[in-house]
Amino acid sequence: MWDGMINGMLTGISTTMIPTNIGMVLIGCFRGSLIGMLPGLGPITAVALMIPVTYGLEPTTGMVLLSGVDYGAIFGGSTSSILINAPGEAATVATALDGYPLARQGYPGKALAIAAYASFSGGTISVIMLMFFAPMLANVATSFQSADYFALMILGLTAVSAFAGRGGVLKALLMVVLGLMLATVGTDQTSGVQRFTFGSLELLDGIEFLLLAMATFALTEALSIVLKRDESSDSLKPKMIGFKSLKVTKKEFKKIAPTIGRSSLLGFFVGVLPGAGATLGSFMAYGMERNLASPEDREKFGKGSLLGLAAPEAGNNAASSGSFVPLLCLGIPGSGTTAVMLGALIAYGIEPGPRMFIESPEVFWGVIMSMYLGNVFLLILNLPLIPYFARLLAIPRNLMVPMILFFSLMGVYLITFNDFDILMMVFFCLAAMALRLMNYPMAPLLLGFILGGLMEDNLRRALMIYDESISFMWERPLTLGINLATLFILFFPILRSFIASKRRNSVRFD
Amino acid sequence: MKRKWFGRMLVLLAVLCMALPVNMSFAAAEVEELHFLIPGGAGGGWDGTARGVGKALLDSGLLGQASFENMSGGGGGKALNHLISTAKRQQGTMLVNSTPIIIRSLTGVFPQSFRDLTPISSVIADYAALVVAKDSKYQTLDQILADFKKDPRSVKIAGGSVRGSMDHLVPAMIIKGAGGDPLKLVYIPYDAGGKAMAGLLSGDTQVLSTGFGEALGLANQDMVRILAVTSDERLSQAPDVPTVKESGIDVTFANWRGFFGAPGLPEAKAQAYRALLKKMYDTPEWVDIRNKRGWQDLYKPGAEFTAFLEDQEKAIGGMMRELGFIQ
Repeated sequence: MWDGMINGMLTGISTTMIPTNIGMVLIGCFRGSLIGMLPGLGPITAVALMIPVTYGLEPTTGMVLLSGVDYGAIFGGSTSSILINAPGEAATVATALDGYPLARQGYPGKALAIAAYASFSGGTISVIMLMFFAPMLANVATSFQSADYFALMILGLTAVSAFAGRGGVLKALLMVVLGLMLATVGTDQTSGVQRFTFGSLELLDGIEFLLLAMATFALTEALSIVLKRDESSDSLKPKMIGFKSLKVTKKEFKKIAPTIGRSSLLGFFVGVLPGAGATLGSFMAYGMERNLASPEDREKFGKGSLLGLAAPEAGNNAASSGSFVPLLCLGIPGSGTTAVMLGALIAYGIEPGPRMFIESPEVFWGVIMSMYLGNVFLLILNLPLIPYFARLLAIPRNLMVPMILFFSLMGVYLITFNDFDILMMVFFCLAAMALRLMNYPMAPLLLGFILGGLMEDNLRRALMIYDESISFMWERPLTLGINLATLFILFFPILRSFIASKRRNSVRFD
Repeated sequence: MKRKWFGRMLVLLAVLCMALPVNMSFAAAEVEELHFLIPGGAGGGWDGTARGVGKALLDSGLLGQASFENMSGGGGGKALNHLISTAKRQQGTMLVNSTPIIIRSLTGVFPQSFRDLTPISSVIADYAALVVAKDSKYQTLDQILADFKKDPRSVKIAGGSVRGSMDHLVPAMIIKGAGGDPLKLVYIPYDAGGKAMAGLLSGDTQVLSTGFGEALGLANQDMVRILAVTSDERLSQAPDVPTVKESGIDVTFANWRGFFGAPGLPEAKAQAYRALLKKMYDTPEWVDIRNKRGWQDLYKPGAEFTAFLEDQEKAIGGMMRELGFIQ
């Protein structure tokens, strides 16, 4: 088996290292990160835009280009999250939680640099995992049943305390419930019944996650800059955002290294699962890191923590590479982007699946090897550009606010070309603004929304499969294991404070 | 200094990247210009059909210029509405659609139906298939039906779309055709065909109802087995797979994909588009695309198309009434 792998890698290297393919990696990465930087335009749009260009190319060259665009867009997506709180796409929403505050505090260069390093490491670690374990991981992708996904979503919900922010846990929980409620809008999968659509055609497909994220993050942020009118919300002074603030100290590197490692692994595994995806990967990585952080580090989460920025960035990049496992090894698309890529593969006459290693090894290994190269290119391409991007923040406020509003509204409109979406965004923005003024945090709303739909579908599927009995929660070892992990996370803080107080008591009595 | 130069080079590269051309052809063409209206997002089935047909027409020189517009929303209703309300300036537009237009107008998702449009022609078909995992105990459709008759809860059938969609209606029709009660069928919905397939492979569900084209790739790789297809005769891509008819059940079902023009489209123009599509079938460009994507030709122009749609509406409507989706 190892022989085959080494042969495969050599094939991959020899197919990738021809000038055309290296050029394609470069073009793909660059174009992907450019499109990804625009608020609202993410990998799926970027890849779909490139499909016509790839028609005339060799299969390997075309796939190398498309995958370059894909991870380039994920890489670039963090830029607008960090600079203007407008997530480039769903998977970079969690990046805004700490990246934006960090940029506001005068470290946009540093925030972008950390995001770039974290993305690079996440991407590279997951390519290595892909290279060695892809066939084995295909089994992981097909071992998760509806019951396990439901358990996984519950585990994801425990991350909610990580997103509490200023308002405290109770307000965070209320926002999660609101998010869960918003997720029920649209056609109900299990019965086919329309829920809360008010007879309107427009709400039939439910509410787009990115629309909600843009309305609650970017638009409300722009409005609150207008409302505040104080020094802190004014644009940053240009001299503060020179090339120097890009520097990440050795100590900081040491601190974020374990976070990046853990988040990459978690993100990768979540990405491998066809029913989860990069957005979930980034949120779970953020929640996990906050739970693991020391009390003083935990305080900083949501206020510009380096850990809170590195975790989701490593997580979402690793997850997007992870989603190549079911695509290449099983021919099953786990995300919208990989579904588009599956279409491209089939158009080339290649059948992805277990036999792809044997029948088209040059495509399989070529794509994987090019990803390694692409990650290096992205880092080299993006680092020198950071000071230029960071300078965007020097734009005076009276220009900046309309620009954020324009790009956010445009970004959402460009996905669906549906004017109703813009009205909906304005509505959500006003509602979110009111909630924000009362210190209700927005991130739990998004977490509830993204988990809500998945949770409900999987729960109801599991119930149907198990004939309406909830025994699925413990019958299979995998489900049971995930549920035990959830319980552990829920009771760990209580246990910890119990032990701590006991220790304190014993000290007192000595 | 050097850094500045590097930055400029990057900007230049960026501009060059943005300007990557999309290939165009300028040969003398059958029809000068067509606009394809796609009621769903990029990368979906409708998108693939419209762009595939458009590409074959362009590459073979039958069509001078093509433009594509994605307009998602309302399960396709948004684009339908748009085409009807701006019919006068949509003479060069073809709307791509498929079986769901019938299902959705039956359930009242949108008030319009195919009768409000000018049917151009159906182009391709994908037949429905029942699929099991490779190590499943089921070898034939009859075994599934026998189990269902013994205990309906023991056979659950999954699909990649909501209850009341094609993936649900097809197994319901088969069960009814075999003399079972389709109301007793437990249908397990997933939100995409790929996820339903992953559910089948993980053992979440035992039987999957999906499109033949979607299952063919994995069947060729010996990961799943296709037990039956809903075509009239066996398909050339999988000659070993029996049809549902061979089990003595009189059910055939084609998920067609085809094109519609705006209401009130002049007959001369509609005929020109039909002739254009007919010519496309013989071009090597089309044969290539069709084979790669596993499509089956299904050319039913004009009145033939309308009659076919009416038949399908009757079959689907009957089943939906029986299942209680419509009154």
